[in-house]
Parts: sequence; C-alpha cells; structure tokens
Amino acid sequence: MSSLPITAIEIASAVRSGSLSAREVLDDHLSRIEEREGEIHAFNLVMVDEARAAAAAVDAIVAAGGDPGPLAGVPLALKDNLCTRGIPTTCSSRILEGWRPPYDATVVQRVNAAGAVSIGKTNLDEFAMGSSTENSAFGPTRNPRDIGRVPGGSSGGSAAAVAAGFAPISLGSDTGGSIRQPAALCGVVGVKPTYGLVSRYGLIAFASSLDQVGPFSTTVADSALLLEAIAGHDNRDSTSIDSPSPSLLESLDGGVDGLRIGLVTELMGEGIAPDVAARVRQAADALTAAGAQVGEVSVPAAAYGLSAYYLIAPAEASSNLARYDGVRYGMRVDAPTTAEMNAATRSAGFGDEVKRRIMLGTYALSAGYYDAYYGKALKVRTLIVRDFERAYADFDLLLTPTSPTTAFRFGDKTADPLSMYLNDICTIPTNLAGHPAMSVPFGGGADGMPVGVQLLAPALAEATMFRAAAVLEAAAPALDEVWS
Amino acid sequence: MTLTHEPIEGEHFIVVSETTGDEWEIVVGLEVHCELATTTKLFCGCPNMFGDEPNTNVCPVCLGLPGSLPVLNENVVELAMRLGRALQCSVEPSVFARKNYFYPDMPKDYQVTQFDKPITLDGWLDLPDGTRVGIERAHIEEDTGKNSHAGGSGRIHGADYSLVDYNRAGVPLVEIVGRPHIRHPEQAKTYIDELRAILLTTGASDAKMEEGSLRVDANVSVRRVGDTALGTRCEVKNLNSLRSLGRAIEYEARRQVDLLETGERIKQETRHWDEGAGRTRPGRSKEEAEDYRYFQEPDLVPLAPSAEWIAAIDAAMPPLPAARRAALALASGLAPTESSIVIAVQRDLDQLALSTIANGADAKRVLTHVEHNLSADGVAELDPASFAELVSLELGGQLTATQAKTVLAEMVTSGRAPSDIAAELGFEAMDSSELEGIVDGLIAECPEEWTEFCGGDDKKRSKLQGFFTGKIMKATKGQADGKAVAALLEARRAERL
Repeated sequence: MSSLPITAIEIASAVRSGSLSAREVLDDHLSRIEEREGEIHAFNLVMVDEARAAAAAVDAIVAAGGDPGPLAGVPLALKDNLCTRGIPTTCSSRILEGWRPPYDATVVQRVNAAGAVSIGKTNLDEFAMGSSTENSAFGPTRNPRDIGRVPGGSSGGSAAAVAAGFAPISLGSDTGGSIRQPAALCGVVGVKPTYGLVSRYGLIAFASSLDQVGPFSTTVADSALLLEAIAGHDNRDSTSIDSPSPSLLESLDGGVDGLRIGLVTELMGEGIAPDVAARVRQAADALTAAGAQVGEVSVPAAAYGLSAYYLIAPAEASSNLARYDGVRYGMRVDAPTTAEMNAATRSAGFGDEVKRRIMLGTYALSAGYYDAYYGKALKVRTLIVRDFERAYADFDLLLTPTSPTTAFRFGDKTADPLSMYLNDICTIPTNLAGHPAMSVPFGGGADGMPVGVQLLAPALAEATMFRAAAVLEAAAPALDEVWS
Repeated sequence: MTLTHEPIEGEHFIVVSETTGDEWEIVVGLEVHCELATTTKLFCGCPNMFGDEPNTNVCPVCLGLPGSLPVLNENVVELAMRLGRALQCSVEPSVFARKNYFYPDMPKDYQVTQFDKPITLDGWLDLPDGTRVGIERAHIEEDTGKNSHAGGSGRIHGADYSLVDYNRAGVPLVEIVGRPHIRHPEQAKTYIDELRAILLTTGASDAKMEEGSLRVDANVSVRRVGDTALGTRCEVKNLNSLRSLGRAIEYEARRQVDLLETGERIKQETRHWDEGAGRTRPGRSKEEAEDYRYFQEPDLVPLAPSAEWIAAIDAAMPPLPAARRAALALASGLAPTESSIVIAVQRDLDQLALSTIANGADAKRVLTHVEHNLSADGVAELDPASFAELVSLELGGQLTATQAKTVLAEMVTSGRAPSDIAAELGFEAMDSSELEGIVDGLIAECPEEWTEFCGGDDKKRSKLQGFFTGKIMKATKGQADGKAVAALLEARRAERL
C-alpha cells in the first residue's frame, strides 16, 4: 500500500505546494482501480487517457508557478448521469447507447476548473431509479465492504468508488436518497444540498423538482471542500438559487454547543432495524455530549413522504424520459411507422424498473386520475414542507437514520419493488421539502456493515449541518467496534 | 341549401336549409398562433430566424438533449405582455406547463406551454364593424420543429423517410384564444386583419401568414337562429391564407347544417382544410385524442411580472387601430366604420390624413385620396401642407379630380409643390366660357347625336353622355372637369326641351 495522502484536502494541498504531482496521485488511484475494479464494478468507464491529460495539465500549472485550484490533482469520480463532453454518458441505460454529449454539465465544468482530475463515470441504477444499483443495464456494483452485498443506490458506483479508495471524492445525484443511502451502506459521507444550491444543468433528469447533485467523500471536510467547489448560482438553471457558494470549511470546527437537534420520532420506530436505531441514539448522545440540546420532534407528514414521492417522481420521470424515442440519439429499433419505432426502441432500451415508473407516472398524470394521485401528492408535499417548518421553529437540525437497514444482499429486494422503495423512507422527505441533508458514517450494525446517520437542516443551512457532521465524525465508533 | 344573401360585413351569416327552410347561424372562435419577433428563441440563445439551412440554429437546449435546461427569454415576456395589454387582457402571475405527447418534430416529446395559469387573461378585440370579440387568453409556448417527408404522398404515412429541421423548435409563440363571438366568414378575416395590425403595431410579431409566423385554427359550429346554446364544434386546421379561412368556415358550416338537417350529430373533431378540393377532411377525433397529461414545468420558476413592468408597458403602448380610427372619425366627422377610415389606418396613413386635415384640408377629400390614390409605401415625401394645398386647388376648381390624382402621384415621388407640378403638366384652370364654347361647338358638329341625347331614354342618354364627354376631354386634353361637363350638357338639354 502506498503512503500517499488519502483525503482530497491533503492531496490538493500537497499538489498545490508542489510536493506531490497530480500524475503520482493519479497513478496511485489507477493502480487501486486496477486491483479491485474487477470485483467492485464501480465504473461504467474509467477515463484513463483524459485523466492523464488532466493530471498533466495540473502539474504544468504548478510547474509554471500557478494555482490549479482547490481540488488540484484530486481524482474524482462522476456519476454516469452527468454529461461529459465527448465522453459516453449512459445513465446505465441501453437507450443512450453510443451517445456522447456535446457539452459538460456545470458541475463537471466547475470541478475541472477547480483542478480535479475526473477519472471515470460511475455505475448507477438505470436513470437513477433504484436503491441498490441492481437496476443498472450494465450489471450491479458491489459493496467494497462485502462484495456479497449491494452498495445502495442509485449512486452506488460513486459511493463504492470512494469506499474502495478509487477516488477520494465523487459526485452523485440525490432524488429520494440516492446519495445518502449508498453513502450509509458503503460507510462514507454523502450530502444532498439544498435544492437549487447546485446547478442541475447537464445532470440528466430523473425527477426535476427533486434531483440535486452532491458530493461523496471519506471525510466530512472533503465533502465540504467539494460542495464549495460545485455550489453557487448558474444562469443556465432557472431553479438555481441566486446566491454565492456557501463557506463550509471555515466554520467546520464550530461544534454544536447550544444547537438544538431533534430526533424525528416517526423515523425511529417501525421499519427501522434495531441496530440502526441504536446507532442513531448513540449519535444523539454524542451530540449531547458535545453540548447540543437533543430532543424528540414529530414530523407527522413525513410518514406520507414515500407515497407522495412515488407519485411525483415517476410523474416527472414519465415526461423527462419521453425524449428517448429513437429519433435523435441513442438506441433506435427500426419499425414500419414512427410510433412503432418509438415503442420498439423504448421497449428494448429501458429496463423493467424504468418502465414501471414511466407507467406509474403516466397513470398518475392521466385525465381523471390527476387529482386523486398527482394532485394529492402535491398537497402532501406542501404538508411536509409545513411540518418541517414547524420542526425547525424549535430545532436547528434534525437527526434520523439514513437507511432503515445496513447493506442488504443481492437479490434480497429485487422481487418486491415495494420493499426496495421502503429503503428511502428516511431520505425522501427532505427531497420533497427541498432541504439539505447528509449521511455520516457512525459505526457498524449487528452484521458489521456500516451504519449512516442522517442530519437534516432547513434550506441553505448547510454550514450548521456540516458542523454537526464534523462532531459526529469525530465521535463515531470504529466500524469493527463490537455492537452491543 | 342557399344563402339568404351574400356575406356582408357586420351581419350574421345565415344558412337556410333548402329542405326545411330553417335558418342556421354560424358561430366561430379563432385560435391564433403567432411567432414572436425576438432575436433569440424562447429558452436558449439560438437565433429566431426563418429560412436558414436546416438544423443550423440549434443547441443542446432547443434540441432537448439529456441534461439541458430551459432559461426563459425575458424579451418574450415583454412582447407577450405588450400584445396581451393591446388586447385589453390583464397580466397575471403565470406558470409554465408541459404538454406531453410523442411527435418527432418535438425534441423533448413534450411542449412547454402555459395551461391553467396563462400570462394574460380575458380581454377583447374591437373590429372596425363595431363587433367586440372576446379574448379568453393569450399565453406563451414553444414552437415545434418541422417535418418533411420524402416519397409517398408527402405525408408521414407511406413516406420512404422523414427529415426533421429543428431550427423552429423553441421559437417563441403566443397563442391567442378568441371567444366564439364571430358570426361570419368575412368577420373572421377582418378579425385576423385587425389582430395582425395589433401584432405589427406592438412589434410583437411580423405576423406573416405565408411564412407561418401567424397560424389560424377555426373552431366552427352552427345553431338554429334564436338558439343561445353553442353547437358541437369542429376545429379546422391548415388555413394558410385569409381566403382559405373564409372558404373553410363557410364550407364547414354548410357541412354541419347538412348533417344536422338529416338528423345526424356533429362529432367534435379536428378537420383539415384542403384548399384544392375546397373542403375539410377529418383528422383525429377528440374522443380518441391523446391525454396530454399537463403538469407544471419543474425546470422553470413561476412568472410574476412586477406592477412597474406592466405600467411601463402600458405607458409605452403605441396607439392601437381602434383608437386611431376613432381619432380620424372625430377629425373628419365620418363614422369610424367608414371604409376610407378603416383603410387609412390599415395602410398606416392615418397620421398623414390627420395632419393634412389639421392644415385646413377638406377631410372627406383627403380620405378619398388616401383610400383610392395612395398606398401604404412610399408616402414619406408627401408633406401634409402640400397635400392640403392640393386638396384646396382641387376644391377651388383649379384642378379636376383626375388632374389632382396625377399631381398627387407626382408629389409622392418628387416631393415637389402641387402648384409647380400642375403648371409643368399644363394643368391650368379652364374658365367656364371656354368650356361652354367647346361644348356648343360640339353640339353643332354632331346634331344627330345631340337630338338623340336630348330625347332618348335613360340608357341611350347615358351612352351618349359618354360619347360627348369623351370628345370634350379629347378636345381639352383632359383638362375639363367631368362634373362641369355633365352639368353643362344637362343645362343645354334643359334649354332645348
């Protein structure tokens, strides 16, 4: 094993000072990929040539006395639903076969401009629909902690890449928990920022009103670093908040003294594995010990989040995914008429889960059903926002499990979509509210697999959330500490 | 089936059944799509340009590439509000919606439009005939690309292959939904004329029907005269000219009356006008029509123009056709529905007319010249004071009507004074004794014709009046005033009788 620095902050600092070259860092990570990617399958594509060119460019800037930026020479993995100019972007779907975007997503532009070295496109559940990466058209990603288990999803590849040491940081997208749940299952940090804080331009849409790009990392500070680099207004995204990128690193050590933190009662009982709930209580104790006032809080509408989500997200998806019709790009299955060609292409190009959600969403928006389904779901969404507002009147942050269980085994939930959907019960409410949330590793479960605890914050309160995350990180029991 | 009368503007167009004698009334509501005259498209920076090489004005956004997002063009909102305010609509907080259906000319397989919350609501358009046509709403939406089909009939079915040009995809449109207040094919054409004038006046669109920047669909129904409930309507599409619009409405109304008279029902459907065949043909029927699954566009934020913005638009609103007709009516003492007034405003000559009248010219004479002797183009050289001088020369008898027309044409090209032109052309006032001499000489030369003229019936006299007038004009090289000649001939006839 090499003795090179591991975290993004250490790497960037060493590269910027000239004591370490981006090429050395890259070679180190490529060798780790070489070693384990065969069994993990974190990537749909490892961009060896592009990464070497990017690393050389970083080294040239340093050699010329310049500053490549805050992510100088840091290898970074990109979820394969982020558009990369000239490089295949698949969403782990057959339907985008052969398509190379003519442009970079805003977040890709920003990490490149910050000196990061993009090393590959990571696997995901097709079009980010799933919680295990088992819905990828290119085969599942395996959990680096136990390759018999799923890494979570949909950003399973990005979580596994960081957990396996393929890259210290990666980008994922979170529509209903797709960053936080795999972060929890893989034992890494994962953040879903406030809706609108990070540009969605170039993120291939699943559910536009819920999707948000965010970081994965091994440390809380690295996520803060990466989020600072990608956040901030983008005039190509109308839903982008018109505010500068937040300062997270400078207040990271601020602690939680005096912060009021609420343990959400609805997400601590039925459906939550006892070992996971126990770790969350332990995390609450750690926050109390650090000076926070921890109390219980009820967010009643959160219980309906899952139902509302599985109407709103598929409804938007049914429209967002209409464009994959075989006319302009990607797969085409020829047929005598245009309509038959559309149908044949979509039948062959989409996997079962994508088809299921398109049908669900189409139904929810249909004349005669709109009010009962989509319309009602929007009302529930409003209620959830209101309940959170009430909770945040009394608390600065909320605390819940990230996932009801630790990583499960392949095939455990594929036969029953509903049991798979229940994985997102703790993460979905924040997407519906548009609030930020993050998962922080906090010891292991009864099976020795990582447990993640989730911190939730009101809109744009990322800085406070990161302070609490840093406290939890410092207090977290080791993964191999015996669970009692 | 017959028509009780030829279509006359302002009157209801009644269809009378040959079999029953029942009278039916036509009810029409028009939906107009017009492309806004912005330099760039609705949601991206691509040029909004007609007639360029296919697929050259495109980018990831208007091609709907995965990951791309729309950003609203503020100028579209400005133009839509101008148009809406010109149509007396209120500006409302609005949202965009997605209209979902599959079609290859639509890059995202949904159209971004406004559904339950349009930007402008509830106004009206006053026609020159005095009819007020309600405007239900005018909303913003994006245009689609254009398909062309190779082989087969030129339609999508049976084509060997199809090509799509996405230059038009994402071009901003405003859809203006009129209420069913139109009762006549001619009135429908006038409505479009009037709307076009407003689109041009406000700068919202170049409104060219032939280039497709203004497209009209007609919702046509019929009902028995006296009924108040609306009949089942058919939406007629593919109307590429005003002529098509009028013909299609008339055809469609007759078709519906025929069906109803034979006890059949009208099926609510979309029908396409076939200009060559002069008939409408069924498209897809509304019952089997797609469910568009409208929902709020999550990639755009709600639109709420500030009160200041709306006030600025109102303050900068140019005078609209109806107001301009009223002003000219006031200045001339004619009714605003008078054809010369309607035409003066249509040709954008109302300001010239007003200024000329303000220079002391006779209003009716000015408007007659505007209606018959001036066109919309090339009057820049014509100065109101000179125009007024011309009218005064004419009314003072120094120029005949024919001479005045000739002088006016020369004034328009050269900008010179009317008296100079008249002198140069040798148009001098002919005194009455000179004319009398010529007339009397002619009577002496043609005694037979004169006898017939004096004693003949009206028809004969009219013919011979032409004969004498022609000879006099020839002898005076056209300088004689036609009215003076007629009066003189009549006076001599009376003397003889």
